[in-house]
Amino acid sequence: MGNRTIIPFGPQHPVLPEPIHIDLVVEDEKVVEAVPSIGFIHRGLEKLTEKKDFIEYVYVAERICGICSFIHGQTYCQGIEEIMKIEIPSRAKYLRTIWGELSRIHSHLLWLGLMADAFGFESLFMHSWRVREEVLNLIEATTGGRVIFGSCKVGGTRRDIPPEQMTWLLAELTKIEKEMRLIVDIFLNDNSVKHRLCGVGVISKDDAIALGAVGPTLRASGVADDMRLLKYAAFGELNFQPIVRNEGDSYGRCAVRCEELFQSVDLIRQAAAKMPAGEIAVKVTGNPDGEFFSRVEQPRGEVVYYIKGNGTKNLTRFRARTPTFANVPPLVKMLAGCELADVPVLVLTIDPCISCTER
Amino acid sequence: MAFFQMKKMILAWTFRTPVTTKYPFQPRKICPGSRGRLDIKITDCIFCTLCAKRCPTQALEVDRENKKWHIDRLRCISCGYCVEVCPKKCLSLTGDHGIPTVTKDVETF
Repeated sequence: MGNRTIIPFGPQHPVLPEPIHIDLVVEDEKVVEAVPSIGFIHRGLEKLTEKKDFIEYVYVAERICGICSFIHGQTYCQGIEEIMKIEIPSRAKYLRTIWGELSRIHSHLLWLGLMADAFGFESLFMHSWRVREEVLNLIEATTGGRVIFGSCKVGGTRRDIPPEQMTWLLAELTKIEKEMRLIVDIFLNDNSVKHRLCGVGVISKDDAIALGAVGPTLRASGVADDMRLLKYAAFGELNFQPIVRNEGDSYGRCAVRCEELFQSVDLIRQAAAKMPAGEIAVKVTGNPDGEFFSRVEQPRGEVVYYIKGNGTKNLTRFRARTPTFANVPPLVKMLAGCELADVPVLVLTIDPCISCTER
Repeated sequence: MAFFQMKKMILAWTFRTPVTTKYPFQPRKICPGSRGRLDIKITDCIFCTLCAKRCPTQALEVDRENKKWHIDRLRCISCGYCVEVCPKKCLSLTGDHGIPTVTKDVETF
């Protein structure tokens, strides 16, 4: 047994896009324990409900996270609509589904790029982000924003996708899909990539459930759990089955995200084919009075919003539990027993979004 | 097991031009419908203050007495809420994002 040393990892580290601090207790080159600490970028967004009224707060909810911005807005709007008993038009539900899936594609491509960067494959990182840029162009053309969509509002959506734009979007998606196939082929079949991912950070099915893992981290361990099965937005009318892998290691988590890219493209095609014509928003009158737990599947996993209103224009309580927060305990479990050189890869496999976690 | 799976992609990209543009020498292509800088057609404005009341970041200020409309460009998040509520439809979001500034000035129309 070697000497025990504590190596601080983060909050500033080349592999981390955002600040999280982990104290790594190492024996020689092996990590025996990891102690995480968060709280570097707390912004007090939950408290802000006291200042902003419930309609203005959509803009704040969208800014909780830059990457899943649309789905944050959608979760918030769905919660308010449920409390106020607003039935949104069917077309708005389909539009939300399409934008939600577009944001999933861009988030997963971003993650694939960061992952390639973490195991030192710089050119693959550049190619992943080149394709992501094409997706961002689609988002900008349909919503007006590249990262902050700003197209979701209480009672429906702000913008519509006209039929001719939808045809263009689908044609562009076909091109993007071809590009993605080339990139995914490298991630799933290249020997050097597999060498870094296979058998690293294995989480068993029981551990994943017991530690409360969500999203791709949970599905890579063989649990078919996806909030889209709750049939929110238009998912009830689309053919959807969650993607599950049984490896439980970093390769499994990478494979789940790779396959979800193509599933999202398929879901957008299905939604575009079934999208009914009509209104995109209904008028909202009154204030929310009641409470609701809103659960939606983000690219990183399940997000839970607790919304409570008392009949005034400001909410009394708002709480957001984001997927990274739920994935920190599985991460700590993964880190114990791994090699020090695998730590950056393992931290990235849960797709950490610390701004989300600290709100 | 495949070794150096990326060779096809590398070969293909050896003979292509870069996807990046030479900004700022080559200007950025503006996407139609992009939410950029807020623009006002001041001749149509009736100074109803609805935009200033709804602005989520309090970037707008309307002076009814002197018929002046002020905007703090650095506070504006280009969300388009003011464009939606404007009764005279004199507000619009242009595709460009304006020139960079070094001072926090309030623009007056």
